[in-house]
Amino acid sequence: MSTQSDTPAYLQAQNSTLKDTWATYLGRVRGGDMGPLPAVIGLIVLVILFSFLRPVFFTPLNFANFFTQAAVVAVLAMGIVFVLLLGEIDLSAGVTSGVAGSLLAVTMARNGLSWYVALALALVVGLLIGLFIGVLVAKVGIPSFVVTLALFLAFQGLVLVIIGEGGNVRVTDPVILAIENSNMPIWLGWTLYVVMVLGYVLAALDGRRRRLARGFSGTPLSVILIKAAVIAVVGFATVWVLSLERSTNPEVNPLSGVPIIIPIIAVIALVFGFILERTKFGRHVYAVGGNVEAARRAGIRIQQVRIAVFAICSTTAAFAGVVAASRAASVDPNAGRFIVLSAIAAAVIGGTSLFGGRGRIYDALIGAAVVAVIDNGMGLLGYSAGVKLMITGGVLMLAAGADALSRKRSTSTGR
Amino acid sequence: MTTSPILEVRQVTKSFGAVDVLKGIDFEVIPGTVTALVGDNGAGKSTLIKGLAGIQPFDSGEVTFEGVKVNLNEPRDAAELGIEVVYQDLALCDNLDIVQNMFLGREVKRGLPLDEADMESRAGETLKSLSVRTVKSLRQKVSSLSGGQRQTVAIARAVLWNNKVVILDEPTAALGVAQTEQVLNLVKRLSEQGLGVVIISHNLQDVFEVADYIYVLYLGTMVVRLKREDTSPSEVVEYITGGKTNNAGSNGDLV
Repeated sequence: MSTQSDTPAYLQAQNSTLKDTWATYLGRVRGGDMGPLPAVIGLIVLVILFSFLRPVFFTPLNFANFFTQAAVVAVLAMGIVFVLLLGEIDLSAGVTSGVAGSLLAVTMARNGLSWYVALALALVVGLLIGLFIGVLVAKVGIPSFVVTLALFLAFQGLVLVIIGEGGNVRVTDPVILAIENSNMPIWLGWTLYVVMVLGYVLAALDGRRRRLARGFSGTPLSVILIKAAVIAVVGFATVWVLSLERSTNPEVNPLSGVPIIIPIIAVIALVFGFILERTKFGRHVYAVGGNVEAARRAGIRIQQVRIAVFAICSTTAAFAGVVAASRAASVDPNAGRFIVLSAIAAAVIGGTSLFGGRGRIYDALIGAAVVAVIDNGMGLLGYSAGVKLMITGGVLMLAAGADALSRKRSTSTGR
Repeated sequence: MTTSPILEVRQVTKSFGAVDVLKGIDFEVIPGTVTALVGDNGAGKSTLIKGLAGIQPFDSGEVTFEGVKVNLNEPRDAAELGIEVVYQDLALCDNLDIVQNMFLGREVKRGLPLDEADMESRAGETLKSLSVRTVKSLRQKVSSLSGGQRQTVAIARAVLWNNKVVILDEPTAALGVAQTEQVLNLVKRLSEQGLGVVIISHNLQDVFEVADYIYVLYLGTMVVRLKREDTSPSEVVEYITGGKTNNAGSNGDLV
């Protein structure tokens, strides 16, 4: 029966050319699935705007500062994406990072723990907090908004209790300090750059080869090449600028190299991205976020998925607390109080839907960059923290509005 | 029909509080045939199906599958036996594509990562074996599909897993004429492949087009089981509305 011309459309070559791929992408954007596109455009506009208003914005020193400033929000946002994908929220992620950071600082300073024991302790406490939230949400059935709002208050108190009298704990351990304050040697930056570009090309080619072997059309070579070229150029520019001498006083205090936090964030993003996009668990996260009932009927264990995402989020938040402690070289009783909305804003600006089911880890990084650029640029322009908070809040509102509208649009064009 | 039933339900009951929704139902499904389940709203059709799917376990009674007594306490139990229910509200994830939906909950892995190419090719083969032609791409998000296409995906998903019994809840309710025809053809092809197919429908025209046996539920009791050749739509309507009961004398098999 089935001759060549009889082959159904879905078994024929698809997106096998650059043109097809572009047309498919345009169709998705028109359908309301814009992904990180608004965030990327916003980021470019903001960078141009701030460079114009404040030339110091576009200096190597500020460029490096930007990464270390963005790091805490970026790490936290990557954790929060998991929770948002289920349509849940974790308002306590910020103060969880505060609890973990203060535990780390206090156990090292007062109990003399070595950095790796204190780090492990902080992460385990984060994990336990996440499991606790997850059980309350999944098993007991309290809305995540309420559970995490309660913990948002409780953990502010817990941080006070951990830090105790004195109000401020210094972090002096060189390894912990290195996370946010040290740079890699120039050669290592370039080596990692080459590894990254080659790794991307090889992975893309391998995926293409595997699809071709199955008789499918793989990603067109031209598309792989264009993506690789973008990664190569952006990566080259980044590593090159960060390898320049950026100290204001180079004779006394030479300063150059890629900050260590960049590869740390890259590794977290790669691991989380792999979990979400390539594993069974990740697929189930999207399914539960998209349609709980469908997921349940497909035999997915919903409660376990719920508990797991909160565990991932809080553990990641704990690490964000360690990064924050490293950056400030100390922990104070306000630790983590203000940061959670910036992180949620980062995830949402990057294209993660508050309604669940849509969003990616890498997009959260772009969102975190937007939040950090606003913070950094407005700081340079001399605006107060109050104005910065208001602007960030406004941008979050804007992103959430765009999310709601695009959802409306995709339901109206979808069927 | 000489083949023995693959699924047999004996005297199952289900109550919600004081309301007895199923009052001792008998029901059977024979492989390679289409069994229609009809009845007015509130007759207990959905409750019976939810029991078989393991979503709302029965209160009492016995379910036998391939001659063995089984317990259906959660969706997983039904899935493991090879009973698949395609729901009226479709139970697809809009944010996932066709392949991802077809393999939902039963993803194929290659080591740790998912084997997307394998899943895609198997999904394609299944759709092709059902002569599905209306879908453009297997990587389309389900949100972009029409009602008929969504129904097709949901049914194809049931076939993919070599299920033995496929239960379709109102598969044509939301569809236009051409799409209804496609879905009914799909239903026939399922039974030709040797599956036991159960179809719930309010549309007697559809029922008479595909069904071999017709069961009529009336207020929680199974009134009658009819062979399609031996009955007519008007007789079925009488049973559905309670205008005719089995005791009043019928030419159908006594249940």
